Amino acid sequence: MATALAKAADTSTSVEHAARIEHVSKSFPGPSGQQLVLDDITLDVAPGEFVTLLGASGCGKSTLLNLVAGLDKPSAGGISTDGRPALMFQEHALFPWLTAGKNIELALKLRGVPKSERRDKAEELLELVRLKGAFGKRVHELSGGMRQRVALARALAQDSKLLLMDEPFAALDAITRDVLHDELTRIWRETNLSVLFVTHNVREAVRLAERVVLLSSRPGRIAREWTVDIPQPRRIEDAAVAELSVEITEQLRGEIRRHGQH
Amino acid sequence: MASTETTVDGNVKDGNDLAGLEAGLDALETVQTARTPLRKTFVEKILPPAVAVLLVLVVWQILVWAKVTDSYKLPAPSAVWDEVREAWLQGTLLDYIWTSVSRGLLGFLMALAIGTPLGLLVARVKFVRAAIGPILSGLQSLPSVAWVPPAVLWLGLNDSMMYAVILLGAVPSIANGLVSGVDQVPPLFLRAGRTLGATGLRGTWHIVVPAALPGYLAGLKQGWAFSWRSLMAAEIIASSPDLGIGLGQLLENGRTANSMPMVFLAILLILIVGIAIDLLIFSPLERWVLRNRGLLVKS
Repeated sequence: MATALAKAADTSTSVEHAARIEHVSKSFPGPSGQQLVLDDITLDVAPGEFVTLLGASGCGKSTLLNLVAGLDKPSAGGISTDGRPALMFQEHALFPWLTAGKNIELALKLRGVPKSERRDKAEELLELVRLKGAFGKRVHELSGGMRQRVALARALAQDSKLLLMDEPFAALDAITRDVLHDELTRIWRETNLSVLFVTHNVREAVRLAERVVLLSSRPGRIAREWTVDIPQPRRIEDAAVAELSVEITEQLRGEIRRHGQH
Repeated sequence: MASTETTVDGNVKDGNDLAGLEAGLDALETVQTARTPLRKTFVEKILPPAVAVLLVLVVWQILVWAKVTDSYKLPAPSAVWDEVREAWLQGTLLDYIWTSVSRGLLGFLMALAIGTPLGLLVARVKFVRAAIGPILSGLQSLPSVAWVPPAVLWLGLNDSMMYAVILLGAVPSIANGLVSGVDQVPPLFLRAGRTLGATGLRGTWHIVVPAALPGYLAGLKQGWAFSWRSLMAAEIIASSPDLGIGLGQLLENGRTANSMPMVFLAILLILIVGIAIDLLIFSPLERWVLRNRGLLVKS
């Protein structure tokens, strides 16, 4: 089913990480001089690994994702990725002047896929996100969940080794989000894609990830990491998910409390 | 409208069936849209303006009957109608219209060809924007009649002078429309485009231009209005036997001949042509673009 996405990485072992973030710092000009947003972040994402970046507002998690995506440059440190990563936003960011299918075809075209193959590949990707028959739909004719699935298909069309996700399900209702968690897990397992997923939702982080990385705020530093060995497919209401979530939430609250103390 | 393979069958009872669950969600959340029936379009869109026109005609006729002013100042509707018939029978009516419309459209197309690259340049190149951006938007508020005297002196009384006046009137609107269209492109589209690999010229072509299309079309619409106005100003001021009789000259001829019916005829034709071009070309184009993007709100 996922033949269109077959990884070239299977044959080459020259790169042992999908993303390598080394001693990365980022500061922006603020009202009182340079403001440090990210402080000495070091993080590796292994091929096929699912990592969630968790943090409260102001921890710079979206900034870090932009750096990995190459949309911005770090002030210090280095980032290397295995090819250009795909990026999914909280808003679907589909182009409203194109149909769902044509949005995917545009990604294929920009990747250099010949015209004769684009239509079939786009249909295949739509089928992967279970939107068979939605090729000719306009973006405004789709529901919020369907739009995010088309956006996921468009990101997959880039055939990147690494998928960056910036709170992609935050604007969806709980039922739809739940379904999309299942969907994302299924696709991730079918394609052996690496995912770096940013969220402020602890349960979502635990539900999805193999590894949860907690960032402290202002400046963003890696506070702690957890390896999640609960077998997939998980459910967000599983007792094991809840148990780990409680532990992580405690730590997260501790991080937030520190900011009120001075 | 057929929905997307959303057959919710018996397997919904199995809560773990993701595909069935998803199909159900999709079906529940998809909005069905239907076309408005013809009768409704007639009652809501065609009837009101028809009533308004009829009302104007009735008031006009009443004023004539009441003899509020001399008949050479306010001709009866029937007198204007006679003027129309006469021009039609002589075969000159369509000539008047065509002389002006062909000039107007050709001038507009030239303005389009110049204004589009100019607008893109101003929108995308910082130096060009800083250099001529303010002048370009300032030019929009300069009445195009002001260009007629210099154009006559530069180019003489001929068609090139007409086109020069049209261009000076319409190019700034078209360029400015494109600039504001580009400025209003959501940054999210640019970021999404960049992650997909649309940078530089490819980004301009695949992302910026289509995203700016609604603003550009609004600019074109205004550009046409300016073309038409400039042309009429030019035709009224600069009449010469070599130029042929367009609607502007017809108006001027009516004034010199002291024929109010002819003046009314000319004004009506100028108005009707302006509205017709907008209704036949620009409005459908604009609505098509907006409807495709789901931006047309149905009341």
